[in-house]
Amino acid sequence: MDQRQKEQYLREYGLQKAKGKPFFPYAVFKDGTMACITLAVIILLSIILGAEIGPKADPTTTSYTPRPDWYFFFLFELLRVIKPPAIVFIATIGIPTICMVLLILLPFIDTNPERHPARRPIATLTGITVIALMTYLTVTGALAGPPGKITLKTAAQYVPGKLVAAESGCQGCHKIGQNGNAGPGPNLTHIGARLPRNAIARTLVNPTAPMPSFIALKKSDPKKFNELVDFLAQLK
Amino acid sequence: MTPPLPKGLRPRPARPGTKPARNGARANGATVTQDPKALKKARKQAQREAFKQQALDVPVAMLGWLDERTGSTPFLRAFLFRKVPAGTNWYYTLGSATLFAFVNQAVTGVFLAMYYDPSPTQAYGSVRHIINDVFLGEFVRGMHKWGATVMVVLIFLHMGRTFFFGAYKYPRELNWIIGVVLLILTMAMAFTGYLLPFDQRSFWATVVGVNINASGPILGPYLADFLRGGAEFGSTTLSRFYAIHMLLIPGLIAALIGAHLYLVSKLGTTAPPWLKAEQARELAEEEI
Repeated sequence: MDQRQKEQYLREYGLQKAKGKPFFPYAVFKDGTMACITLAVIILLSIILGAEIGPKADPTTTSYTPRPDWYFFFLFELLRVIKPPAIVFIATIGIPTICMVLLILLPFIDTNPERHPARRPIATLTGITVIALMTYLTVTGALAGPPGKITLKTAAQYVPGKLVAAESGCQGCHKIGQNGNAGPGPNLTHIGARLPRNAIARTLVNPTAPMPSFIALKKSDPKKFNELVDFLAQLK
Repeated sequence: MTPPLPKGLRPRPARPGTKPARNGARANGATVTQDPKALKKARKQAQREAFKQQALDVPVAMLGWLDERTGSTPFLRAFLFRKVPAGTNWYYTLGSATLFAFVNQAVTGVFLAMYYDPSPTQAYGSVRHIINDVFLGEFVRGMHKWGATVMVVLIFLHMGRTFFFGAYKYPRELNWIIGVVLLILTMAMAFTGYLLPFDQRSFWATVVGVNINASGPILGPYLADFLRGGAEFGSTTLSRFYAIHMLLIPGLIAALIGAHLYLVSKLGTTAPPWLKAEQARELAEEEI
């Protein structure tokens, strides 16, 4: 904005302000109403959703899949999308830092004197795109579901078994494709090539310690158990 | 220039005839009956009136006392009775609502701090104690926990409003920058507060969060070491997060909110951008 545009803005703003109403009580009334609504929402959330906490922190566990609070899901998801270790820092530090710097510099980048959202299409579209991206990342981060996800591609009929494996926390001790820890259990990526289907089922029911037995699952939900075995048996 | 007091707040001159005269005759000439009962009633009424007048004088005198020593009245008046442009709508309450959510966090945080113990062995137990034993403990902790969510949502909405209304442009660039810093600090608040309950979820999420910091180039490892209080996640980590969460960042946020509000009252709030277009059209029509 050059000097003339600045002066023009200040003059127009002065006129608009002169036409306005005093902050107290007009704006204060709206602000006060909004404050009451905010407080009511916080109280309702607190009563309805409560504030329980999980089990005590145990630095020795290795299987626990950490989840941040929901407003960090978009960062979390970014980390999941960018896998190769060499460029992980781009997701972790690079993109957030660039976003922060761009936000701070926004008034110097966008020097268009126009203020109406429809008359500065680039800024408005950029804003909407950023909001859409962040919403998308937050939603996918939320839907990615608790404990781990197995990104391995599987045929459609084995997908239910894959979900069972992910829910059961197998990746705490086993590696499956790109996901999971390398130990203490063996890598399961090609387990179907090494063990026949019934051997896998037997191991699940009667495993070597410290692996937990899946006998409870077999009894309570045999369909789920079979899906799990089918999924593992086709990993070749 | 300080704006004048609005009409309703200006002291009213006494209306002729309202003050009861002592000799029983009213100023407007009407005489009061000499009946002793009525006389007593009138006297009581006069006393009550005088008392009311005195009571009304107390706050005025107190404000006068303060003003004599601080000279704050013109500032208060400039803040409260400054004009807000016509067309100011509900979108403009998002900023003050964020401020209110911050006040909620501060108040509930103080009460939680009364019971919380930031040592790795005691932290989890003290939070359990707050939830299970302390009167309204779970409720206040819930208000703090969900208040954080509400504050994050509101601050993003407030930023969105500022962005789409073009309110970050001249002369309010500096206020936008302060706002972005406040947003970053709010996220830092959310991150450092997440560890404090010291359950599995918060512990491992924080380990990952600190490792993310460590992956940054050059400064990353140093920042991670600073946050952990060493190379490993140890006993100092929790108290460090606690101090950052309840002393360092809230202090910074409060100071920056002060600066933010000062600039808001100095520069004024913007009018919705579409009003300008309407006014321009009206002006053009008038000229024709």
